[in-house]
Order: sequence, then C-alpha cells, then structure tokens
Amino acid sequence: MLETDSKGLCDPLLTLLQQNARESDEVIAKELGTTPEDIRGRIADYEHRGIIRGYQAVVNTDRVDDGSVRAVIELRIRPEREGGFDRIAQRISRFAHVESMYLMSGGYDLLLFVKGKSLQEVANFVSARLATLDGVLATATHFMLKTYKDRDVLMEGDPQDDRLQVTP
Amino acid sequence: MTGSKSPLRFVSPLVRELPKSGIRKFFDIVAGRKDVISLGIGEPDFTTPWHIREAAIASLEEGWTHYTANLGMPKLRTAIAEYMRKSFHAEYDGMTEVLVTVGVSEAFDAALRAIVAPGDEVIYHEPCFVSYAPVIRLAGGVPVPVGTFRKDEFRVTVDRLEAAVTPKTKALILNFPNNPTGATLRREDVDAITEFVLRHDLVLISDEVYSELTYEGERCTFAGIPALRDNLVFLNGFSKAWAMTGFRLGYVCAPAPVTDAIMKVHQYGIMSATTVSQAAGIEAVANGDDDILAMRNEYHRRRNFIVASLNEMGLDCFMPKGAFYVFPSIQSTGLTSEEFAFRLLDEKAVACVPGTAFGTCGEGFLRCSYATSMPQLKEAMTRMREFVKART
Ligand SMILES: Cc1ncc(COP(=O)(O)O)c(C=O)c1O
Repeated sequence: MLETDSKGLCDPLLTLLQQNARESDEVIAKELGTTPEDIRGRIADYEHRGIIRGYQAVVNTDRVDDGSVRAVIELRIRPEREGGFDRIAQRISRFAHVESMYLMSGGYDLLLFVKGKSLQEVANFVSARLATLDGVLATATHFMLKTYKDRDVLMEGDPQDDRLQVTP
Repeated sequence: MTGSKSPLRFVSPLVRELPKSGIRKFFDIVAGRKDVISLGIGEPDFTTPWHIREAAIASLEEGWTHYTANLGMPKLRTAIAEYMRKSFHAEYDGMTEVLVTVGVSEAFDAALRAIVAPGDEVIYHEPCFVSYAPVIRLAGGVPVPVGTFRKDEFRVTVDRLEAAVTPKTKALILNFPNNPTGATLRREDVDAITEFVLRHDLVLISDEVYSELTYEGERCTFAGIPALRDNLVFLNGFSKAWAMTGFRLGYVCAPAPVTDAIMKVHQYGIMSATTVSQAAGIEAVANGDDDILAMRNEYHRRRNFIVASLNEMGLDCFMPKGAFYVFPSIQSTGLTSEEFAFRLLDEKAVACVPGTAFGTCGEGFLRCSYATSMPQLKEAMTRMREFVKART
C-alpha cells in the first residue's frame, strides 16, 4: 500500500489524478497494482459523489497573450443572523468573473481570485457589482503581475535532465 | 602504446590490471546521443528538495567554508545518531561511532582499507555494485564472489556463503536493498546471515544506501541487532534517500575502535567531508522525512508500472521490494544481455545496462532503473514492447 505524505490525499488515486488527470486508466491501474475497470469504477464513484469536481489543465496564462488580467480581492462582509457567511458568499461565487474563492480567517473574510478582459473590467466589477452588494463592508483589490507557480507546477525553468546518461 | 617508453609504465600493475567497469563501456556508446531514453541511470531523477539546497546556500552566506572535525560536524553526527535510533532502532554514539564521509563510496573504500590486511578474503554477492571487487583489490584483499539467482529473488543464501568461506575470510559485504536487482532480505535471511557472520567471526560491511527506498513490509537491516553490533560496519548515505548524489555525503556507523580506525584512513585521505554538504545533510536529517515519503511513493508507483509492463511484454521479473531498479530476464528473446542492450539502444534508442556489468551471473538479465519520469518510462516501455515483440 502506498503511504500518505503531507501533500498526498488519503487515496493515492486522487493524488495521482491531481498530478496528471490525463493519465490513462491502463497506466494508472499498473501504477496502483489494479485493473483499469477498478480505476474507472472508482473515478466514476468519486465523480458521482461530487468529490472529483472537474479536470483542468494548468496553463501558463502569462504566455497566452489575450490581454486578460487577474486580481486577488479581499472582502470584508457582514455575517447574517441565519447562515453566517454562506448565503452572501454563494451569491458572490456565482459571478463568472470569480475563478476561485475562499472563506478566510484573519483581517478579512473572503478571498477572491478574479479574471477580467481588462483592468477596467475588473475595476468595474469590483466597484459596481461587489462593493454595492448588501453586506459587503470593504474591498481591497490587488492585480496580479506574474505567475511563478500554480497548483504545484512551476511556470518557468523546466529543469533539464542533465544527469549522466548511464551511471552505476 | 604500451612499449617501455609509454607513460603507462608508471602505473602500478594492480591498477593497470583493474578492468574498466562494464558500465563505463556502455556509457561511452550512449554518450552524446540526444534521442536516447535512459533507464541506465543509478541516481534519483529528483533534484534535491529545495529546503535542503536552501540550507546549503545559507551555510555559505554564513561563511561555513572551513574544514570540519575529521569525523564530521558534531551537529550532523548527533543528528545521524538520532536518525539511526529512530529509523533503525540502533544505538550509536554520535561522538565516537559515527564518521561522516564523501558518499558511501568513500565510506566503503575507507572501511575496507581499515579492515583488510594483504591476502584477506572478502566475500561479496553478485550481481552487485560495480566498485566492490576493484575496491577490495585496491585494499589488498582477495574478492570472493558468491552468486545470487532469480529463483531466490536474488537474495543471498547462507549455504552459498558457507561454501565460500575459508580460514582467510575476513569480511562479508552485503547490499540490500540491492543495486542492480532491487532485491531485499527477509527477516529469516537476516537472522541466518547474522548467525553465519558470528559463527565465523567476520566483519559484516552492510551497504544500506537504498534502505529508505523499501516499498513493502518492514525494512530489513543489520543495524540494531545487539549480538551483531561489534561485527557490523554499517554504511549509509544521503544520495538516494534525499536525492543528494552531487553533494557526495555518506556515513559509517561502527563500534568506536573500528570507527577510529576508519577515521584514520579518512583523515589522511580526505581530511573532512565537504562542509557545505554537511550543512545540507543536517537539514535533510532534521526536516526531510516528508521528502523521503513523497519520493518513495513516486518510485513505488513507477515500480508497479514498470514491473507490470515488463511482465506483460514477456520479460519475466519479480516484484523487487527496494531501490529503484528492476532486473528482468531477457532469456526469452534468445539474446545475451549485451546483445539485447546494444540492439535495444541501436534500434529503439532506449538505454538499459546489461546484467553482466554487475557480475557474470547477471547474464540473461538487464538492469532497468525507474529513476526516470513517468512520461519517459511509458515511452520506454512502448519501445521495448515493440523490440521484444519482433523477437519472440
Ligand atoms: C549499492 C551502492 N552503494 C554505494 C553507492 C554510492 O553512493 P554514494 O553516492 O553515497 O557514494 C551506490 C550508488 O549508486 C550504490 O548503488
């Protein structure tokens, strides 16, 4: 049985999919010492139970010059008597501009990762859509300038395998 | 140009007659070919974990650029002693029973030179790491190989050791988990070999450099067996566990008088292990448990993949429980190990090392290292499958 390290999830299948979701069921089965049918069944089950929520490529967006901009936004909001932060948080998360969003401890409540076609568009989104929402107390917007690492993947400097080709 | 005027006349006969390693021969052929996928590499593909490199950089910034104590930095020795206690349940005094060396390579060389007197016989098992026999010779000893075989999953058996032992036998060298076969020992093998070593009062030099890369079951080690303690010279290092090959860092654990003797050889030959590497080693032992776990998991999955793939294509191999090598039989193809390796390289640009590079009983086998990324491994398996299919 494979062990669990601090990064890995309890099921090595999930760890493996997080590293490379495009790996074939046949190869995964060999790596985990089981059959492709078993792998397909387990993945279907994870999908069915909503544990696997989707599959995405890690793209270096800095290299895809489509003019889009990303920002990180800190929001302070007023919790409601019933439901706390959840209702307003869910409203905010449904905006298409919001790529990721987290409830935080500390100096603010919500952390948003937002994408827009231009600086202007993001600025408008914040001032017109977010700041005006009932329950939003304050916003702070930080524009992202460059991505160095995303979800465990370094964006630059793929290390070359420069080992000697045959060694004892 | 070996005439009397060749500078070769200055080289000692002993060194002149040492064979060049079979690996070297193969390396010369592969070298420079860019298209090759190599399963011939005996070192981790991972770069040293960043926090360990960072510690090395910090040590340079702080000016740790001097010699250390001959035995190594006290802080590192204490950390190694603690690690031996925690991971091997073995008690060694960090001040007198741990010597930090320039890799297991130097540890092995210094230990043999400290222990072997001219004419002493030293038993080791083949197939094995390429430097054992030459280093025994350089130390003045007589190398006595015993074979290990596929039917025993390449474990050493006491009856073979018993057949090789003579009154002149001084030491036994063991390497489990093993390079090149990936073999490990079972508890009952360890017990039987311990009994054998004690009965003949030999020195057991146990090279356990792959010990952290044990995939199933308990780690089988000769450290931490009280009755064996006086007879054991335990070798380990940072190269494989923490992917630190280039740092050249290893160590010896042995009873104080033996450590002291090995230290003499080390003192005159080396002085002290590289200081920046020792700084990195301190960080590795202190905060590197998780690195080992993550790399071991990755190797574990690759091992499962490569063993399943090789067996599927008709190259029989057992499931090795340690190191990062598999040792498939290529006998079904009717080729010798060298023929197989050279043709595979030629036709499919995949490099594996012929089993014979590790001793004559490696004939019929091939060493495939899975210290290579999954995409490369997958491509290599596809090419090998085509190669084998055309021949069976
Ligand atoms: C069995 C064995 N012993 C020793 C070594 C050398 O290790 P180090 O890098 O610590 O000198 C190796 C390296 O491949 C090895 O396979």
